[in-house]
Amino acid sequence: MSSSVQTAAVAQPPAGRALASLWRSSVAGLRMLVLLTVVLGIAYPLAVAGVARIAFPWQAAGSLVTADGDHTTSRSDAVGSVLIGQDFGVPDEGAQWFHGRPSVAGDGYDTLASAGSNLGPLSPDLVAAIDERRAAVAAADSVDPASVPADAVTASGSGLDPHVSPAYADEQVARVATARRLDPATVRRLVAQHLDGRTLGYLGEPRVNVLALNLALARLGA
Amino acid sequence: MGTSTTAEVWSAAATLATLLVVLAAVHVPLGNYMAWVYSAPRHLRVERAAYRAARVDPDAEQTWRGYLFSLLGFSAASLLALYALGRLQALLPLNLGFTGLDPAGAWNSAVSFVTNTNWQWYSGEAAAGHLLQMAGFAVQNVGSAAVGLGVAMALVRGFARSGTDARVGNFWSDLVRGVLRILLPIAFVAAVLLVAGGVIQNFLPHTEVTTLAGGSQNVLGGPVASQEAIKELGTNGGGFFNANSAHPYENPTPWTNLLEIFLLLVIPFSLPRTFGVMVGDRRQGWAILGVMGAIFLTSVALLTWAEVAGPGAAPHAAGAAMEGKETRFGLAASALFGSATTLTSTGAVNSLHDSFTAPGGGITLVDMMLGEIAPGGVGSGLYGMLIVAILTVFLAGLMVGRTPQYLGKKIGQGEITLVALYVLVTPLLVLVGTGVSVVVGPGLAGPLATGPHGLSEVLYAFTSAANNNGSAFGGITSGTPYYDTALGIAMLAGRFVPVALVLALAGRFASQGKTPETRGTLPTHTPVFVGLVGAVAVVVVALTFVPALSLGPVVESLS
Repeated sequence: MSSSVQTAAVAQPPAGRALASLWRSSVAGLRMLVLLTVVLGIAYPLAVAGVARIAFPWQAAGSLVTADGDHTTSRSDAVGSVLIGQDFGVPDEGAQWFHGRPSVAGDGYDTLASAGSNLGPLSPDLVAAIDERRAAVAAADSVDPASVPADAVTASGSGLDPHVSPAYADEQVARVATARRLDPATVRRLVAQHLDGRTLGYLGEPRVNVLALNLALARLGA
Repeated sequence: MGTSTTAEVWSAAATLATLLVVLAAVHVPLGNYMAWVYSAPRHLRVERAAYRAARVDPDAEQTWRGYLFSLLGFSAASLLALYALGRLQALLPLNLGFTGLDPAGAWNSAVSFVTNTNWQWYSGEAAAGHLLQMAGFAVQNVGSAAVGLGVAMALVRGFARSGTDARVGNFWSDLVRGVLRILLPIAFVAAVLLVAGGVIQNFLPHTEVTTLAGGSQNVLGGPVASQEAIKELGTNGGGFFNANSAHPYENPTPWTNLLEIFLLLVIPFSLPRTFGVMVGDRRQGWAILGVMGAIFLTSVALLTWAEVAGPGAAPHAAGAAMEGKETRFGLAASALFGSATTLTSTGAVNSLHDSFTAPGGGITLVDMMLGEIAPGGVGSGLYGMLIVAILTVFLAGLMVGRTPQYLGKKIGQGEITLVALYVLVTPLLVLVGTGVSVVVGPGLAGPLATGPHGLSEVLYAFTSAANNNGSAFGGITSGTPYYDTALGIAMLAGRFVPVALVLALAGRFASQGKTPETRGTLPTHTPVFVGLVGAVAVVVVALTFVPALSLGPVVESLS
């Protein structure tokens, strides 16, 4: 700017004025921030919570279920949330349960440590983990390793994925039926009842909610 | 396999079509509405009360300098307040027993949220209590978005006005109107919808319960829906939980996923309409929208192809690129989210970009390197795209030997200098930051992977920070003093230097008169111009980043 030809002494006041102006607007900014914090940081979440509590109390509390499979908003009655995957032992233990996907959230399905592996597409560690899981799942379910679906050998992004693919649920039917001494047809019917298709026929992927399925399974007894 | 792939492609196409139809329906009324919000002379009663309480004058037309000082003042106050809130967390209510953030971490997260970046070095469920989330982070989610909108409006006013002595509007009025008339009402409705889908909204702590199989698991609590809505709408991206929008409590169903993608695109894709209305020539808005749309669709198509095809050793071993992806979304809806989040300045993720296929991860990186202009962040997308449009007009002017002008404003030496500086700032931060980090010890300690993917992780981190995106190749361990500080600097400079340049440009345009169009003036509403702007955007990125990209994602894709 043209001020570059002026002497330092003359240039001083504008710089001082700029600083003073910045200070004034910072103080004004702080006052505005306090106001915005009251509106956006306190009133807004409270208002959403208020509406949610009246209109969608079950969802707002976390979509919790009891051991009988009933919806609840009380944590003391709950065995968990239908939206959050649980650890049912993988893959060579807990044969009587349908298993979810591999999870790297903490020691598996730890809600205080939601996470995926973040391993890259060429990572030798990831390839080794996939091969290991494939062998273990195939052995547990007594199937050809090549037929094990992708979701059974990969960790989800959240580590809390509540679903498996219909293919992986089907694969586990025989094992679960044997462990529970149930007719495989009965278990297969249960899986079919818990199959969620694509929303509106095209959104997302077909899937089976593992906790919901296992809750129904537990209610069958045996 | 064949039929399931066909079903997948149809599902992806129908999902994208739904998104486009809804955006097409909404962008005209929302764009018109925003033009009214930023032009209407009257204040609402509640707004007048806010101005009185904050003791600011909402009617004084500010010069670009005055506007910038107010903006910097508000941001500085926000930065200090959020830093203090993070540091003092242990003493505040609703902290869930978490300690205060360490100085480097508090600095990083304060910068991150004030600059609309929302880079996250911390894990929300293990470090940030409810008060820090809602009174700290969520407030900045709204505030930083409103700041971005204001800067875009100042530039648009610069085009729309003549001979105003560099006066570009009033920061306080833009801020408060953006918050109260645009962001808060939409966020409120969206938050309630998200709760209906299963996103939690309560103030409970995390409680341990006994699971069905007899293990233990914590049931999580928190005001998540209110934060989730503004996280997407304000193109912020900072997740309540570590897993961000992959977490079932942030994004429980395929339709909440689509809603979140819609939210993060709706304001940026509506702003070209606002621009067209405010400069009095809607065709100019259509042209800008055309460039944004073309780049967006190209990115979505390429990324969907990459993830569904699933090249690479790990996807081959698994049978599909499902590592880091959720069953309910699958490959295509993860790719759609990935494109939308990196082409805006959002950085929320519903799947882990670090585990995307090599070409897929490369596309998310290029999306950000384009400067997040298609459609870009709230406000920042429009001003970023207008900078590219001005550059295009200038280059075209050079070719035909006429003084370039855009919307009746001459692009002279002063103007093009500001544009050139704008274009250089982000690449400088990205390449210097990456370059230094792959040489010094604490930088090298960051990446999880070795070889090309390690470089990609560092390159992604600085690209994300300098472009105020906030997504990550999450394998990188960035919660170290080195990365907290370096990325903090990249975020801060990547936000406020371009903002200052844009405001200076707005001031120059507002001072200029209107130059009448002649037969030699390049028309800026034609398909030819749309193609030129797209080409310039791509060429600038290519010239800047090809060497770095070659050593990272390109090498990976070829191996």
